[in-house]
Amino acid sequence: MNDKNEESIESSGCNRRQFFSKLSITLGGVAALIIGFPIVGFLLSPFLRKVPEVWRPVGSVDSFKVGTTVVVKYLDASPLPWAGVTANTAAWLRRDSEDKFIAFSINCTHLGCPVRWLSDAELFMCPCHGGVYYKDGEVAAGPPPKPLPRYPVRVRNGQVEIMASPIPITTI
Amino acid sequence: MRVLKNAWQWFDDRTGISGSIGPIARHPVPPGTGWWYVFGSATLIAFTIQVVTGIALSLMYVPSSSQAHDSLLFITNEAFLGRFLRGMHHFGASAMMLLVGIHMIRVFLMGAYKYPREMSWISGVALFAFTIIMAFTGQLLRWDQNAIWSTIVAAEQAGRVPIIGEWIARFILAGGTIGAVTLSRFFAFHVFFIPALIYAFIGLHLYLVLRNGISDPPKPGQPVEPGTYRNWYHSLIKNRGVPFWPDAAWRDVVFGVVVIAVIALLAIFVGPPEIGKPPDPSIIEAYPRPDWYFLWIFALFALLPANIESYVIFLGPLIVGLILILLPFIWNKGERSPRRRPWAVGIVLVIVIMVGTLWIEGIRAPWSPDFSAQPLPVEVVGATSGPVHEGAELFYSKGCEFCHAISGHGGHRGPDLTYIGDSLSPDEMTWRILNGGLNMPAFGGNLTPEELDSLVAFLQSRRVRTGAKVVD
Ligand code: FES
Repeated sequence: MNDKNEESIESSGCNRRQFFSKLSITLGGVAALIIGFPIVGFLLSPFLRKVPEVWRPVGSVDSFKVGTTVVVKYLDASPLPWAGVTANTAAWLRRDSEDKFIAFSINCTHLGCPVRWLSDAELFMCPCHGGVYYKDGEVAAGPPPKPLPRYPVRVRNGQVEIMASPIPITTI
Repeated sequence: MRVLKNAWQWFDDRTGISGSIGPIARHPVPPGTGWWYVFGSATLIAFTIQVVTGIALSLMYVPSSSQAHDSLLFITNEAFLGRFLRGMHHFGASAMMLLVGIHMIRVFLMGAYKYPREMSWISGVALFAFTIIMAFTGQLLRWDQNAIWSTIVAAEQAGRVPIIGEWIARFILAGGTIGAVTLSRFFAFHVFFIPALIYAFIGLHLYLVLRNGISDPPKPGQPVEPGTYRNWYHSLIKNRGVPFWPDAAWRDVVFGVVVIAVIALLAIFVGPPEIGKPPDPSIIEAYPRPDWYFLWIFALFALLPANIESYVIFLGPLIVGLILILLPFIWNKGERSPRRRPWAVGIVLVIVIMVGTLWIEGIRAPWSPDFSAQPLPVEVVGATSGPVHEGAELFYSKGCEFCHAISGHGGHRGPDLTYIGDSLSPDEMTWRILNGGLNMPAFGGNLTPEELDSLVAFLQSRRVRTGAKVVD
């Protein structure tokens, strides 16, 4: 065998090898995609699920006294069948006047802890880092960066209804 | 006996197991590696406890948002050894966090992360991060009220990441609210994803120990020179090395057994953390607190000034992670002995003192209003009728006492008012109550003039003299 021949065998062998390794790597990538797609899809599925707009009745209009703030409990917008008690949610409902209701989120705008209403002091207080809000939800003291968020609320057929909403997330 | 021996010989011949494991176990290590070297293996032992007890618990735990709480109550109160297993898993987690921390500090102080062991450090940083994620997700699998509120707090923290914050928050919650999918997600991360990564990184971490050798005990005046270190290390091992098994390994075994024994004793005598109220987000009487290893972070968030807090929440972990990863590149040669590295020692001291202080604050949580405060007792008030008496009642009902203490009763969010009558005049008091300020709400819209007068009268009666009278 002369030199030239050897060289060409080597180079063609190299090309074959390059081809094989590229082929295998590409196929491996395709396989990873095929297997990975459903995992990523599943992880992201909560985002893809369309949550309907649901108004939840929380009590008859007469059951709320003007000038009071009470906790009302209701169900999430579209709980899955096995959600159990985790499907429950709550809001602070204030009857400001005869026909004006305000529904406050129970989640502190600082880091989301459940605020409590102190009726005599007319303040919401947060148990986590001592955030305080006035009765209209404005920040009175502590670390909360924003007033208490409000949920849409309406009166239908003598019933007060709150729109079941996602937990408000404070962003910057 | 002979049968067993033959069977072993057959097995060993076909697998070559003793030929491959033996040299690894007996690989030579530098002389004089003492008790400081046991924390890595102890972490591994703690991790093994977690794997074993975790598997055992998963035999009964139901990872469903609606049933997990019940299954945990069953495991704790009725299942055979269930309480003990939960205790082991809990204290095993604590041990892992603690040992990972000590191991890291040890490696840092002895400069063992320097050339050529940079990758050991980096894989260790990854393992540290995974351990934190395990600790956090594990705490959430204790699917009670505290767990769901911790989930919400975590989501809110993630929400502060610029641009994609809200998206990450929803990812953590697995939707808009806590719900059926939330727990399953944490379960999958806690028992499948992260452990798989931990196994892989432990493999890498141990492989690197074999490849680069256990770091030699540092001596002052014996700096690491990347050009010559490997040759030097090889001759050290060749001339004076001792076999890892059993010369060095016995300490690992002794310490490992102590770790297991302590965890078991704590599991028996202290027991697992209590399962709280059901995971019902509509029960608002919650008092969310993280487990002890995160208490200092909880304190940090309470104490940070509001205007920088959002940035610290997302930049903080990023910067810490970056520093940890870059560390072996910045300081990869030179002195290893802590005696010649005052900066390294100083940094560790500062971190330990900082975290320790935050920790103590986290336990005290003075920034939280004390909702358990009770109306002031008569001996403290010193009156059963009149303005002082009425003022004392208002002091409780208007929520003052949740944040201000008087004679040891009440919260610590605001200043102690036991002797406030000595330092503020009635006018100053009135002004402060009506207008608030300095982190105090304004009570102007919530007090009648008569109520205000009583409250001021009561606060004016808080003087050193009054205190003395109580003692009488
Ligand atoms: S979560 Fe309410 S003050 Fe921090």
